[in-house]
Amino acid sequence: MTFLNFFISGISLGSIYAIIALGYTMVYGISKMLNFAHGDVIMVGAYICFYAVVRYGLNPFLAVAVAMVLCSVLGIIVEGLAYKPLRQAPSLAVLITAIGMSYFLQNTALLLWSSNPKVFPSVVGRGAFHMFNGNLSVSHITALTIIVCLVIMVALSLFVSKTKMGKAMRACSEDKGAAQLMGINVNATISMTFAIGSGLAAIAGALLCSAYPTLMPTTGSLPGIKAFTAAVFGGIGSIPGAFLGGLMLGVIEIFAKAYISSQLSDAVVFGVLIVVLLVKPAGLLGKMTQEKV
Amino acid sequence: MTMRRLINLKRAEARRIYLTYAIVIAAYIICQVMSSTKFLSSSMRGMLVPICAYMVMAVSLNLVVGILGELSLGHAGFMSVGAFSGVATAILLQGFIPFAPVRLAIAMIVAAVFAAFAGFVIGIPVLRLKGDYLAIVTLAFGEIIKSILNNFYLGVDSQGLHFSMLSDTTRLLPGGKLIIRGPMGISGIQKIATFPAGFILLMIALMIVFNLVNSRSGRAFMAIRDDRIAAESIGLDITKYKMMAFVMSAALAGSAGALFAMNYSTIVANKFDFNTSILILVFVVLGGQGNMLGGIIAAAVLTILPEKLRSFSEYRMLLYAIVLIVMMLATNNAEIKEFLSRLNPFRHKEEA
Repeated sequence: MTFLNFFISGISLGSIYAIIALGYTMVYGISKMLNFAHGDVIMVGAYICFYAVVRYGLNPFLAVAVAMVLCSVLGIIVEGLAYKPLRQAPSLAVLITAIGMSYFLQNTALLLWSSNPKVFPSVVGRGAFHMFNGNLSVSHITALTIIVCLVIMVALSLFVSKTKMGKAMRACSEDKGAAQLMGINVNATISMTFAIGSGLAAIAGALLCSAYPTLMPTTGSLPGIKAFTAAVFGGIGSIPGAFLGGLMLGVIEIFAKAYISSQLSDAVVFGVLIVVLLVKPAGLLGKMTQEKV
Repeated sequence: MTMRRLINLKRAEARRIYLTYAIVIAAYIICQVMSSTKFLSSSMRGMLVPICAYMVMAVSLNLVVGILGELSLGHAGFMSVGAFSGVATAILLQGFIPFAPVRLAIAMIVAAVFAAFAGFVIGIPVLRLKGDYLAIVTLAFGEIIKSILNNFYLGVDSQGLHFSMLSDTTRLLPGGKLIIRGPMGISGIQKIATFPAGFILLMIALMIVFNLVNSRSGRAFMAIRDDRIAAESIGLDITKYKMMAFVMSAALAGSAGALFAMNYSTIVANKFDFNTSILILVFVVLGGQGNMLGGIIAAAVLTILPEKLRSFSEYRMLLYAIVLIVMMLATNNAEIKEFLSRLNPFRHKEEA
C-alpha cells in the first residue's frame, strides 16, 4: 500500500509539472524559445491567489480565476515588451532576455511581497479521502490536482486540434511565413499562446502552493526547471509529450525520494532524463526532424 | 610557434589578439598600481580574484558557445569539480609544500585535470545530442554534479584517503581530518589565491584559446559551428573536435574554479548552481559570442556593477535584470547595431 501511496503522490506532483510543462512546450513549439521566465509566472500566480484569498477574502476558486486572468495579461505584456522585438534575433539573445525577465519578476516580487515565506492556504482545505480501511489516504488537494491536470489536458488537446485559434497555433509553429501568407495573424497567435501558457502557470502555482505551502519569490524557479526538464523528456513542442513527461518525472522523483535517497533525488531525475535523451534524442514523443542538405 | 601562427593570420585578427593581450596587461598594471596606492577600496580589492576567475570562465565558455557553437548551461559544474579537487589538493599538500604560490599552481593543475576528466565523461553522451537538447543535458549534468558534491565526504588520515557518499562513513583514525563535509563543503581554506595568480591564469587561458582557435582544430570548430553537415562532408571528425573543445573548456573552468575557491575560507557546492552557469553565459553573450575581449570586459563590468549598485540596496538586482534586458534589446536592434558598427575602428579593414 505504501507503494500505491507513493505512486499517487508521484502522479499528483507530476500533474503539477505537466501543467507547467504544457506552458513551456506550447511557447517552445510556436516561438522556438526556452522561456525561462515561465517558472516565475507560477510564483506570481501563487502570490495573486494568496492575496486574493487572505486579504480580500475571495473564494479560492474565484481567486485562481483572477490569478489566471492577471497572469495571462502578464504573459502578453512580457512577450510584447521583451520577446517580440527579438523575433529575428539569435536564439541565445532571446534566452538571455528570458533569464533577465526571470530575474526581473523574482526581484519585483521580492520588493512587493518581501522574502518572508508565506503560508499558502490550500485551495480545498487539508482533508483527505480514506480508502481500504484507511490504508490508503489521498488528500483532497492530490485528487484535485490530478483531476485538474486531466481536464486541462483534454481541453487543451481539443482546443489545439479543433478550434480556429488552435489550428493557427499549429500553423505558426510549422512555418510562420507560410502561416502569415494564409492570413493568420502571427503576432496575435503568439500572444495568445503566451496568454494560455501563463494562465496554466497560474493554476499550477495555486496547486503547487496548496500541496507544498511555502510561498517565496524563488518558489517558482526549481519547479520551473523541473517542468522544463519534463517538457524535454516528453519531446519539447509536443503537448501529449509534456503531459507524459510531467507525470513520469513526478513519479520518478517521488520514488527516488522514497526508495533511493531524498538528497540524491534530483540527481536521479536528471540522470533518467539523460538516459532517455540518449536512447531517444528528441524525447519520448518528440518527432525527429530529418535534415535535408 | 606562436609567432609564426600569428604572422600567418589575417592582420585584423592578429591585431585583435594583440589588442586583447594589451588591454588585459594594461588593466592588470592599473589595478596593481591602484591597489598599492590604496586608491582601490578594500571591497574592490577583495573582488579582484573572483573577477579574474569569472574572466577565465568567460573565456572558457566562449570556446564552447562562441567558437564551437553549442549552448552549455552547466558550466558551473566544471567550476565546482575544479574548486573541490583543487582545494582538497591544496589542503593535502599543506604539510609538504610550504610555498603558497607553488601549492596554488599545483592545485590549479590538478583541478584542470579533474575537470577535464569530468568534461570527457560528460562529453561522451552530451555531444551526441544537438541544439536545445544538448543544452538541457548540460544543465542536467550541472545539477547532478551539484547533488553529488553536496553528498560527498572525503577525509584523510595516516592510512590514506577515505571517501563516502550520502553520510559520513569514512571512519577516520584518530588524528585524521575530514576535508569535504557533504553539504557543508570545505571550510578552513587558506586563502592563497592572489591577483597576480589570477592574471597569469587569465593570460594562459587566453594564449591557449587563441592558439587553439587559430589552429587547424580551431578552424574545424568554426566550420562545425557554421555548417555541421558541410563540415562532416569534407571529412571532419565532428565528435573528436567537439570533444576537444569541450574538454579544453572544462579544464580551464576547473582551474578557474580552484582559483575562485581559494579566495574564500569556505566553499559549498550550492555556490556553483544553475544561476552561476547562467551568469557566465550572460558574460559570453553580452560580450559577443566568440569575442574573448568582450567576454572579459562583460565579466568585469557585471561583477562590479551589482557591488556599485549596492547603494540602491534592494533595487540592485532589479536594476541588474533591467540592464540585462535592455542590453539584449539594444544590441539586437537593427538601427543601434548599424550605429555601433560605424564606431568600430576595424570595420573597414575587415571588409577590405
